[in-house]
Amino acid sequence: MPPHEPLLAFESVSKSFGAVRALTGVSFSIAAGEVRALLGENGAGKSTLLKALSGAHAPDSGAIRIGGATQRFDSTQDAFRAGVAVIYQELQLVPELSVAENLLLGQLPARGGLVDPRARDARARELLARLGLSIDPGTRLGSLSLGQRQMVEIGKALARGARILAFDEPTSSLSRRETERLFELIRELAASGHAILYVTHRMDEVFAVCGSATVLRDGALVRTFECLDHAPRASVAAEIVRAMVGRELSDVHGWSPRDIGAPRLELRALEGHGLAAPLNLDVRRGEIVGLFGLVGAGRTELLRLVYGAARSSGGRVLVDGRPVGIRSPRDAIAAGIVLAPEDRKKEGIVPVRSVLENINLSARRRNLHLGTLLDRTWERDNAALHIQQLAIKTPSPATPVRNLSGGNQQKVILARWLSESIKVLLLDEPTRGIDVGARAEIYRIVQELAKTGVAVLLVSSDLPEVLGLSDRVLVMREGRISQELARREAGEEVVLQHALPASEGAFA
Amino acid sequence: MSNRLWHRAGMLLVLALLYACCAAFVPHFTSWTNTEGLLLSVATVGMVSCTMLFCLASGNFDLSVGSVVACSGVVAAVVMQRSDSVLAGVLAALASGAFVGLVNGLVVARLSINPLITTLATMQIVRGFAYIASQGKAVSIAHEPFFELGNAYWLGLPVPVWMCAGFFVVFGFLLSRTVFGRDTLAIGGNQEAAHLAGIPVVRTKIAIFVLQGLVAAFAGIVLAARMTSGQPKVAEGFELEVISACVLGGVSLTGGVGSMGAVIAGVLIMGIVQNAMTLLNVEPFWQYVARGLILLAAVLFDRLRQPRA
Repeated sequence: MPPHEPLLAFESVSKSFGAVRALTGVSFSIAAGEVRALLGENGAGKSTLLKALSGAHAPDSGAIRIGGATQRFDSTQDAFRAGVAVIYQELQLVPELSVAENLLLGQLPARGGLVDPRARDARARELLARLGLSIDPGTRLGSLSLGQRQMVEIGKALARGARILAFDEPTSSLSRRETERLFELIRELAASGHAILYVTHRMDEVFAVCGSATVLRDGALVRTFECLDHAPRASVAAEIVRAMVGRELSDVHGWSPRDIGAPRLELRALEGHGLAAPLNLDVRRGEIVGLFGLVGAGRTELLRLVYGAARSSGGRVLVDGRPVGIRSPRDAIAAGIVLAPEDRKKEGIVPVRSVLENINLSARRRNLHLGTLLDRTWERDNAALHIQQLAIKTPSPATPVRNLSGGNQQKVILARWLSESIKVLLLDEPTRGIDVGARAEIYRIVQELAKTGVAVLLVSSDLPEVLGLSDRVLVMREGRISQELARREAGEEVVLQHALPASEGAFA
Repeated sequence: MSNRLWHRAGMLLVLALLYACCAAFVPHFTSWTNTEGLLLSVATVGMVSCTMLFCLASGNFDLSVGSVVACSGVVAAVVMQRSDSVLAGVLAALASGAFVGLVNGLVVARLSINPLITTLATMQIVRGFAYIASQGKAVSIAHEPFFELGNAYWLGLPVPVWMCAGFFVVFGFLLSRTVFGRDTLAIGGNQEAAHLAGIPVVRTKIAIFVLQGLVAAFAGIVLAARMTSGQPKVAEGFELEVISACVLGGVSLTGGVGSMGAVIAGVLIMGIVQNAMTLLNVEPFWQYVARGLILLAAVLFDRLRQPRA
């Protein structure tokens, strides 16, 4: 490789799908040792660019140069051979196999067709040491945490001699500690001469780990921000957001004071899996209560208990002062409690069914014709009403909901609950993986709901979101509520301080 | 746009084309006698494919239907012999089918056991009981009125054909116009999301299996009436015929997708191909090969018309 040649360069890369131009003439380069953030709203072209890099989609025109040599990738194998590895959110690992077998997937050291277990384990140990993981190479992959698995995926790329690593929102399911460990590894990789492309939605991560940032909008490169380490953070962040959305977004959360009334949801000495002690909690009419905690603090478990998706082993749930017996989500919905779950694709939507059916999934059984038949007029009107009110972007109500963007899928789930008469809305990570524009709209919808008297319990690991949206913040730690803070008291530091475990354990 | 039309009417087009070809090239194909025979031959598969559609659409699977068809015929015959009552025989047969369905449903939905394994087991158990109850021989039936169920004519067509048509209408309506039908599709599309949206997943699944058992038992009764005896050996491989017809009709084996219109087309395509081969004097052994190839072709075809992600 000639000196001063960037390790990775995109040269006016373009790609269209039918009439849709996903990428138009994108050019930029990354040097060895550089960590470059790739930013943009959903549909800006980040995924397409990653797919061009990984060999999954060949560009229509333009070129990808690696170490100065133009490459043509017709398959992901070609990209791999050229030293490119893309780490997707869905990891390409086999849970039933051992860590060593996963690390060396497709290239197990063999002698005469037989696997050489000693060479395999030695090689695996070497990789694990480089990743800073102290686990046995024989461990079954499925028994590792998500963060550890991601490390194994990175190790797999290193085992194949990858020099260019691209990450697609790698922290979305990691705990804070795992995230920090990942950042450390990325810095080490950069220091040892790798080029890193880092796709994310989260501004704090850009500043935490990236040296520069490239912003895409509508398939074209808007601007590249250099030397982030030395720039004034707040003003650069604002400029980046402006570059992403193409307009000013002064305050995404748009919080304004609301009338807060009598307690709507009351949890009294609630017990169950994930809670360390009986838990008490109130959410009032019109109030948005943010529940912050690290992954594993028991937040999702608490919501699932209230919603009847998990069985509580003691305690009471009251709605508007009256105790309600909740043994299933069905009971919860009947009591006016609804949940927008954490994992939209797995728990929220029915991907193959239409937008209309997904919106009406719950309320249709309460709007029947002659007591038995589906009321198709009601179904059509209800879907149309909510598509319009929530500005759900869909070609038609009959479109399968899997074809929608993440933000619009979340709106479909909210529409499902707006079709019911609800009293309590439980939100679990409502904007994970959703771009800034759609995020602002979801915040608006939630606040309008609260204005009508709905009590909102919001769980999120996005701290700015919790602080920006909540009237009151509860911090959870190790299965119990460790602190309650009013909106004006809740700052990043104090919240984090109560969220971190009392005793710091070592990673892995 | 044409793609959407293709999705909605693809199998109907194939059916029309197939019918036209057979009409043009297969002697006697369009004769009334043959048409009647063709419809009668698909009636049994047609009835059971109605409930198999629900089963597959909910992401489940049922291999036990062939055994239920045989067993219910035997039960009907044995009970009629002993009690001398047609009604008792029919009710006992239906009850046996519903019971098998209930067991399948409870094991699959309540205990979360894989439906393939569960019904593979009940398929063998039920077949075993059919042999035990009949001592391995055909049990003859001496009640003339019972034969009417399978052999009478109404408006120029055999009664089983009308029954099958009735099932198509009822279950087609259930699937598209009732909460039960649409819940079925939602469960198949994403069981966890359906549960969290308040859909009674366990209850719906059990209901589907019970219906499946009832309908298979009904088909067995009609078959026994046509044969004037309960035979433990009948309907070997019947479950695969039914599932093939459904898959040919575009029902997704992963659940969530299926429509009655396409399943009817699938049933008829299978029936026409078999009928045409018989008329052309193709050896029965080759008919197996041909049926398998059609199924394979249909699945590959379906794969090709799916837009690539």
